[in-house]
Amino acid sequence: MVVAQAGPDRGFRELAKEQLPRLLSLARRLVGDDAEDAVQDCLLKAFQRFDQLQDGAAAPSWLTSILVNCCRDRGRAGARRPVEIDVESIEDFSLYRRIAHEDPFPYSDSLHLDFLAEFGPEDVRAVLMRLPELYRLPLVVVYMDGFLVRELAEMLGVPLGTVLARLHRGRKLFEKQMWEYAEETGLLRGVPR
Amino acid sequence: MISCAKAVQQLWEYLDGTSTQADRVLIEEHLKRCRRCCGELEFAHELRAFLVDAAHEDLPEDVLRRLNRTVEELDP
Repeated sequence: MVVAQAGPDRGFRELAKEQLPRLLSLARRLVGDDAEDAVQDCLLKAFQRFDQLQDGAAAPSWLTSILVNCCRDRGRAGARRPVEIDVESIEDFSLYRRIAHEDPFPYSDSLHLDFLAEFGPEDVRAVLMRLPELYRLPLVVVYMDGFLVRELAEMLGVPLGTVLARLHRGRKLFEKQMWEYAEETGLLRGVPR
Repeated sequence: MISCAKAVQQLWEYLDGTSTQADRVLIEEHLKRCRRCCGELEFAHELRAFLVDAAHEDLPEDVLRRLNRTVEELDP
């Protein structure tokens, strides 16, 4: 029989070191150049509150929750503003149809994959940084860090439906910004027309 | 059958497994009959996988070293 642990079975040092690469990756996507500072803030706060962590298995979401708050504080303090985006006008945008429109031979098998292949991790990060934090956060935490929508709702203390709506808009904005980024940076030149 | 616009609007929720059972049935019925939406579903699937893959990136070693040092200083 598995007996529930009364507290984390490992110390702060071991848990934090294990989670560091994931926390840094997450912070790089949430606050870009401020990532190291955000993780430093997170480590300090997590250490101060380590006695609040009841179960070692909850460490990833507990640390993520603290990091998300540290990133939000950093984001608010920073002067950098994302590209102006009209959130209301994105409902009809489809990256799939936009790429197909560029193709003189519709239903080409690989054109859409060719488009995605042009984007490296740096480009993905640059596109994410164009989104308002409100919409960037669910995309990063759910799709790139693998948390469930329900877990993110708990971390943020907001209803599930709110996170689902932000995720929906975030996906749309990401698709639109991918297209605009590709146009602006010349990435589309690599896609056969 | 639901419209393409409606089906496309719900594709990601379908992929994420967050749509209701009733919506799942409507989308699956639509996808059986609509080739264009199947293309769009496939692309949404690819884009989702692309985001997951993009999460695996090389991290700057010097930053990781400094952060590891911070952990050791906090909990020696």
